Amino acid sequence: MQSFDLGKEGLRALNSALHALKGQTNMTAWEVINPKGAHAIAAGVDAPVDITVRGSTGYYCAGMNKQATIRIKGSAGPGVAENMMSGTVIIDGDASQYAGATGRGGLLVIKGNASSRCGISMKGIDIVVHGNIGHMSCFMAQSGNIVVLGNAGEALGDSLYEARLFVRGSVKSLGADCIEKEMRPEHIALLAGLLKRGEADGKARPEEFRRYGSARKLYTFNIDNASAY
Amino acid sequence: MTDFPRTPPRFSATFTPAVNAEIRRAAATGIYDIRGGGTKRHLPHFDDLLFLGASISRYPLEGYREKCATDVWLGTRHAKKPIHLEIPVTIAGMSFGALSGPAKEALGRGASAAGTSTTTGDGGMTEEERGHSKTLVYQYLPSRYGMNPDDLRRADAIEIVVGQGAKPGGGGMLLGQKISDRVANMRNLPKGIDQRSACRHPDWTGPDDLEIKIHELREITDWEKPIYVKVGGARPYYDTALAVKAGADVVVVDGMQGGTAATQDVFIEHVGMPILACIPQAVKALQDLGMHRKVQLIVSGGIRSGADVAKALALGADAVAIGTAALIALGDNDPRWEEDYQKLGTTADAYDDWHEGRDPAGITTQDPELSKRFDPVLGGRRLKNYLKVMTLEAQTIARACGKNHLHNLEPEDLVSLTIEAAAMAGVPLAGTNWIPGRNGGW
Repeated sequence: MQSFDLGKEGLRALNSALHALKGQTNMTAWEVINPKGAHAIAAGVDAPVDITVRGSTGYYCAGMNKQATIRIKGSAGPGVAENMMSGTVIIDGDASQYAGATGRGGLLVIKGNASSRCGISMKGIDIVVHGNIGHMSCFMAQSGNIVVLGNAGEALGDSLYEARLFVRGSVKSLGADCIEKEMRPEHIALLAGLLKRGEADGKARPEEFRRYGSARKLYTFNIDNASAY
Repeated sequence: MTDFPRTPPRFSATFTPAVNAEIRRAAATGIYDIRGGGTKRHLPHFDDLLFLGASISRYPLEGYREKCATDVWLGTRHAKKPIHLEIPVTIAGMSFGALSGPAKEALGRGASAAGTSTTTGDGGMTEEERGHSKTLVYQYLPSRYGMNPDDLRRADAIEIVVGQGAKPGGGGMLLGQKISDRVANMRNLPKGIDQRSACRHPDWTGPDDLEIKIHELREITDWEKPIYVKVGGARPYYDTALAVKAGADVVVVDGMQGGTAATQDVFIEHVGMPILACIPQAVKALQDLGMHRKVQLIVSGGIRSGADVAKALALGADAVAIGTAALIALGDNDPRWEEDYQKLGTTADAYDDWHEGRDPAGITTQDPELSKRFDPVLGGRRLKNYLKVMTLEAQTIARACGKNHLHNLEPEDLVSLTIEAAAMAGVPLAGTNWIPGRNGGW
């Protein structure tokens, strides 16, 4: 295990070391201590390594992650795993705004709650939130899946494209063009897999969720829909 | 019956035939007009400024003999690998999606041959463009279409787009008819639907967040790439100051003459400021912070000739960017396609329905048949020629003003033909020492 004291060695040294890991490496296990809410921890990693951050992080932890598994043993600041391409990010605590924003692949697991705009403009990422998500989550979400074991705030899925939203609890309100959709067997199967991968299979059953998606009425601009915008 | 003289028909200066036609169009359709390009209204512009040239107190440099350098460094503030361009005229961001792949290739070819950079747009980086661009600026946009760290690292610089001159505060819409399989795939969206480009970034808000975002991009790219921040011409003094505070290496200010692929006409014509009004404010912000020439300033919006380049640089810019002019150099709106323009209900030099994807010149389209009309090699050569001419023109003026580098041009070399332009540009009205507004604000 490579142990890295962020307070002592600094962010640039950490990210520089992580970026130097190309392809196959035997330095696969990393631990970051004393993160103290620093921004951009482990941003831009592109290697199949396992990084554990022992504490809470600031903005954009694991930003644009590829391949790596990054575990945050605390809470995460805004934009955690933004534009993630692949790999896995697991947060033990809560996540602030824009978690998983524009993510294009991989898996983001938030074991606490996520704040507003979780999954905004997501483009293929899978997100599993064990708690609640805040308002305007999945705004303009394009593709991928989000699973919420708790409740969703106002305007869920506003201007949604093809992302699939699964919520077990209440939804305060749906955004423009977001509607509840039928849960078919393929969705139950998909959800079962996501719950398992998101370390939530012991906490909820797929049948307890409702599915939300796009009504696709705003896909082509139509003046008659102007009041929906 | 006596034949008295009659009052001839008189058109209203308020309700002109063009205004009335738009009212009738709106009444018939129920939707606002959407079009491409920048503002078409008359504005105070570079044409309102003149260079004084050398005289007894200033001596000129010999044309064709004495050197007048044109190169520019961009990104010297923080980037490990700043950009060095041979000429201070860059190609502005235009998306693959709005433009065809061959058109993007031609921009790369022409810019590279002329020793300058080109810029991606709202749709990600294409191989045509990367492959043919020696220096490529990668736009980081609110939509993040096609955004990925590999392309970020393959770029030579990163431009965070906050806004653009044609529509400060506005997003965009690429209509379904331009969404081919390839465009759809790059943007992670279904084919054929209208694609909305967001007006705000999804994961930061305000200057303090922007500072953290810039820091993240620097970390991801190991502090190698220059980071530009592009703003529309809305509040150039404060936007420039805040971009500098947030850590930008380069600030790009785009005036309302700057083009767009598609936006509401009312937005293009009524929001934002002309570039002439923006440059002095942006320069003042840099000077007030002691960052002029340390953080470079690129300006755009209505740059057409070497005279415009020289005037922008004289006002304090480090470089300019061209978009509409580059498309015209490639062959857009060329009278050779007049018959086709007529079929679309328009005429050459007035065609602006780029969003419909039916461009007779094959440039602003994804239609494979129309795209075949455009030869990227020839287009690239035409762009190179045009960039070279602009540079020669700017050098001609600079030598006449006694400058051995375009960057040595200064406001003192300029006068204005109009009070409005004098006030905006901060140079005296010709024949006077009067700079309107200088005593008591700017």
